Amino acid sequence: MPPEVALAIFLLPFLSFVVIAFVIRPFLNNRPQLSGYVTIASIGISLLLSLWVLVEVIKSPGHELSMPDYQWLAIGDTAIHIGVTLDALAAVMLIVVTSVSLLVQVYSQGYMRGDPGYPRYFAFMSLFTCSMLGLVLADNLLFLYLFWEGVGLCSYLLIGFWFHKPEAARAATKAFVVTRLGDFGFLAAILFLYAKTGTFDIAELYVLAPALLSATALTWAAIGVFSGAVGKSAQFPLHTWLPDAMEGPTPVSALIHAATMVAAGVYLVARMFPVFASSTEAITTVAIIGGFTAIFAASMGLVMNDIKRVLAYSTISQLGYMMLGLGAVGVAVAGGVLEPEHGLMLGVAVGIFHLFNHAFFKALLFLGAGSVNHATGTFDMREMGGLRKAMPWTYLTFLIASLSIAGIWPLSGFWSKEGILAHAWESTPILFYLAMITVFMTAFYMFRVVFLTFGGEYRGQSEGSHGLHESPLVMIAPMVLLAILSVVSGWLPISELLGGESHSFFGALASPLAWASLILAGLGILLAYAIYSKKWLSAESLRQRFAPLYTLFSRKYWLDELYESVFVVRILIDGLFAAFHWFDDRVVDGVVNGVAGGTVAAGRGIRRAQTGQLQAYGLAIFIGILVIVACLFIFD
Amino acid sequence: MEMGIAIAFWVLAAVIIGAALAVVLGRNIFRAALFLVLCFFTIAGIFVILSADFLAGVQVLIYVGAIGVLIIFAIMLTRETQRGSPSGRLRLPALIAGLLFLATMVFVIVSTDWQIVAEIPTEPTTSGIAQALFSKEEGFVLPFEIAAALLLAAIIGAIVLVREK
Amino acid sequence: MAIALEHFLILSAILFSIGLYGVLAKRNAVAILMSIELMLNAVNIALVAFWRYVAPTLLTGQVFVIFIMVVAAAEVAVGLAIIIAIYRSRETVDAEQIDLMKW
Repeated sequence: MPPEVALAIFLLPFLSFVVIAFVIRPFLNNRPQLSGYVTIASIGISLLLSLWVLVEVIKSPGHELSMPDYQWLAIGDTAIHIGVTLDALAAVMLIVVTSVSLLVQVYSQGYMRGDPGYPRYFAFMSLFTCSMLGLVLADNLLFLYLFWEGVGLCSYLLIGFWFHKPEAARAATKAFVVTRLGDFGFLAAILFLYAKTGTFDIAELYVLAPALLSATALTWAAIGVFSGAVGKSAQFPLHTWLPDAMEGPTPVSALIHAATMVAAGVYLVARMFPVFASSTEAITTVAIIGGFTAIFAASMGLVMNDIKRVLAYSTISQLGYMMLGLGAVGVAVAGGVLEPEHGLMLGVAVGIFHLFNHAFFKALLFLGAGSVNHATGTFDMREMGGLRKAMPWTYLTFLIASLSIAGIWPLSGFWSKEGILAHAWESTPILFYLAMITVFMTAFYMFRVVFLTFGGEYRGQSEGSHGLHESPLVMIAPMVLLAILSVVSGWLPISELLGGESHSFFGALASPLAWASLILAGLGILLAYAIYSKKWLSAESLRQRFAPLYTLFSRKYWLDELYESVFVVRILIDGLFAAFHWFDDRVVDGVVNGVAGGTVAAGRGIRRAQTGQLQAYGLAIFIGILVIVACLFIFD
Repeated sequence: MEMGIAIAFWVLAAVIIGAALAVVLGRNIFRAALFLVLCFFTIAGIFVILSADFLAGVQVLIYVGAIGVLIIFAIMLTRETQRGSPSGRLRLPALIAGLLFLATMVFVIVSTDWQIVAEIPTEPTTSGIAQALFSKEEGFVLPFEIAAALLLAAIIGAIVLVREK
Repeated sequence: MAIALEHFLILSAILFSIGLYGVLAKRNAVAILMSIELMLNAVNIALVAFWRYVAPTLLTGQVFVIFIMVVAAAEVAVGLAIIIAIYRSRETVDAEQIDLMKW
């Protein structure tokens, strides 16, 4: 395979962006559908090339292709190289990004039809995909960071796509600023690692970072990198941007939640996994944050009424699972339980396998939510209901995705979640119990969505149920494809390719752990069925009985308020910014005003010398002459 | 001869200084003008001692005649005779400045080693001055013409200034 | 004691200092002008004395005196015109009251 193929994979979407931004939008704005075609064509070719890369990687020994790298710039003795990594991890990520992106683009053809910003939308989507592909392919932290910020920029542009809505503009800013908090730590860690090891190259860092850094320094560097991942992957405590990011178009949410943006954080931890696994503290932090975020986000997902918000919290929760998977194996490796050669690949396999499966069913869930919105005009589940009859395809695909995310055998979610739970059981039992509770909660809130949206009778006021209609084929087709992938993606030997364990189709059912989680998931579904479908239990009375918990969950633990009123207002605005303001007002302005005031005051005093008396001037002149003459005598 | 010149110098110098003091110290402005004229006259005498016969004549013509008359006219026109010519607030600083200046000048004059030549100028000097003013090689023809223009400008300026609007 | 260059120069310096005092101390503008004339005459004495004792064959010193007289005449004419113009507009020739350039 020529090395140009790898470059083409991410340059094609960039080309698409350039063509749309500089050709179609200025000159062919009356034919906006062209931009969609260009995007689909470029990402489609990228997908085919990614499949080629995947095949080559599978065939190659060690599942890694060596690619030539180029010197990008030399500053003195410092040479910075650019190159691409093509190992199993990158190849799998390429498939995830290109396939999900392609299906989302196809779906967008229908969803975004008639929007005045149609070409702009596809330009940003192309750039978004390009950034994510570049991030996946980058073999050094500098370029990884470049594309990392590219992803952040595109998410800002797309979340704020309808920027004339104040909430959208606000959500975009929030996403950008909150992720930036994490990115700051990431950048600091990159620079710190470079200062200590003299390289940006990730493969070299695997060896050099543990060798050259003290244990404490390594921990802090890894935590710095992880803080970037926390921001991008919306882990606690930087998760607040993701639910608000719903203000963007729904296909954007699908892409952000499935393949790009949030996946970047997990990918980063997977890519830097050997560095993380060298520090017990760092990898334990990853595991704890992941495990906590999983149950924390799920609890909020239980009570949300906005379908996209439920999905957003489920994404945060599932990302927590991925971090937990990485962390749990990493803890075992750092603790010496697992051999590093095996354990390092195993951890990546566990985490990324779930990312791989999650990408398909989560994209599908969002596309389903978008399809529902297309019909009802709302995202509020209290105004839905009974859509099963009007939208059978949407219902069917959404149901498959929900079963998959709940972890029902033999759908894809089951396989990867079992891997994470098994490893959590082995290395971090406390987090395992949290994860088991999360399994129950996940099943409950997903089927709450299913029953509220598709079951029962239509409750919307805006239009009668006769106005409801199935979405067009261009939207349904990608959903059906994603539904198929949601079923079968767990059967693909992704885990083996990444160096993890293989599992047999029926053999998985022999494990008691699998039965435990299946029973918990089943209980969750049953509870949702009892409350929201059969109404054996009244949701209202439950809400009253657990009023404090309900309030806590629905107010999102008051974290937004905490951040905004305490952190932003009290500490930043009243504290730091007030201090800056004081400094600016008193010191900076004070210097300027002081100079001006001093000049005025001096002028006010000195002008007394301007008496208007010619003789006084004459006297001054003669005194001056005498002084000069005196000086001539004295210094001669 | 030497003795006569010395006596003349001392007398003239005493009169000059006395008249000058009277000009700046007296309260009567009209008398001050008259003492000024006396001062001009005696300076013409000094010029005679210094063998500058032509300048002595010019001094009498221009200073005593023209400038003295002009100043007296100005005093008449401004009707300031009643109010007199009192000293201002800067009297003491002016005195100190004058004395300091005098001290400096005397110090410089006394301490300098002057290059005196023994030659005695030929009198009368009138033709010599004419030669010096108008000789082609090292004369002062251009400054002379400029002085003429300056005088013209001064005359026109004075007329413009005092013309009734 | 023979009269030498220094005598004339010191006479010139005294006369100049008296004129200087008058310029700085007198309130009447005409008196100030008169004091300026004293200073110019002091310079003339010095110039003539230099001619007489230092360079008697070159008449440049006397030529300078003539130019000074020209300038003095012009100065008196213009100066008195200005004083009269000021007197017309302000009814005074008191230098302390002519302070239009005051702050």
